[in-house]
Amino acid sequence: MIIAIPVDDSKKNVCVSFGRAPYFLIQNTESGKNDIVDNPAAEAAGGAGLKAAQFVVDSGAEALITVRCGQNAAEVFKAANVKIYKAFGTYADENLKALAENKLDELTSFHAGFHGRA
Amino acid sequence: MKVAVLSGKGGTGKTFVSVNLAVTAKNAVYIDCDVEEPNGRLFLKPELKKETPVYTRIPEFDAEKCTGCRKCVEFCRYNALVFVRGKPMVFPEVCHSCGGCALLCPEKAVTESRRQVGVVEEGDAGGVRVITGVMNTGEVSAVPVIKAALRAGEAGDTLEVIDCPPGSGCPVLESVMGADCCILAAEPTAFGFHNFQMVHRLAALLHKPCGVVVNKADGAYAPLEEYCAAHGTPILLRIPYSARLAELGAAGKIAVEHDEETAKAFRELLAAIQKGAAK
Repeated sequence: MIIAIPVDDSKKNVCVSFGRAPYFLIQNTESGKNDIVDNPAAEAAGGAGLKAAQFVVDSGAEALITVRCGQNAAEVFKAANVKIYKAFGTYADENLKALAENKLDELTSFHAGFHGRA
Repeated sequence: MKVAVLSGKGGTGKTFVSVNLAVTAKNAVYIDCDVEEPNGRLFLKPELKKETPVYTRIPEFDAEKCTGCRKCVEFCRYNALVFVRGKPMVFPEVCHSCGGCALLCPEKAVTESRRQVGVVEEGDAGGVRVITGVMNTGEVSAVPVIKAALRAGEAGDTLEVIDCPPGSGCPVLESVMGADCCILAAEPTAFGFHNFQMVHRLAALLHKPCGVVVNKADGAYAPLEEYCAAHGTPILLRIPYSARLAELGAAGKIAVEHDEETAKAFRELLAAIQKGAAK
């Protein structure tokens, strides 16, 4: 299974933003391959959540672990059958471990988007 | 002549200045571009003559013709299209109706349908033609409704007073773009001054002559006065912070029709604007 996590500049900590996170950690649990890739939506003028969602879907991810997620991106993940889990604490690797142990809850509330207001 | 009234901060007195200016001119068009909460009509109380729906276009995809080439998705700079399970998905609120996807599609699988996002009301209040843009609740972009309101208000040589939305983003830019000059309603407070500088920078960027109306002017506010002096931006009018004006406003009355001092001040403001006092 491929799992995506937005990470901040440390490349280790979960980023509080999904759409505008600087990087994504893409973990392939079968091969054990672990990539840090640039988020092409980080600097998008608008629709960053959608662009980031597109990137995650294209990466082949079946799961996303994130602190929060907008409604539009959530709609993309629903259509693409990508499950969204709620991140806890600071570290991306602890979240991956928790997901492997079935200890993460699914994210069920999605914000309406900031659309340049925040 | 098109005069845009803007302020950055909300509640500064854009509508107060716009409505009083239009009424003072008598033969004028008042255009409410604050389409999320248009309130000029509460004062002008126009007799409604016409209501025109405002539509935007959104793409629709013919699933049989679409080969999933993704060209439309790659093209959309607003990221309104997302490619999921071999087909594009549309996010109507993010779409800017540019029509690019329909032009680009090699299979001609894209047609555009229309979606109503608001209305433009046209009415009369004495000699003032009142144009009100009203955006539908829940819509994200005010720009299509603002464009439609400005088009409906086109009046050639007649004075057009454009009551802008607050802020300094796209809706304000759209409202100001075609104006001959900008009247900046300013409030003598730190918050008001901060946002005043933002709209002043915006107007300067667009090379619009500017004049300032200080509202609720309870004595001079030094940072504002110094900024205006340093930028050569004239302060055309100072409206006092008065209980009388607040009472008139709360009663939905137009100050220049009930207060001679204000009426005189606005006659002078109008004459100054028409003489090109904005710099």
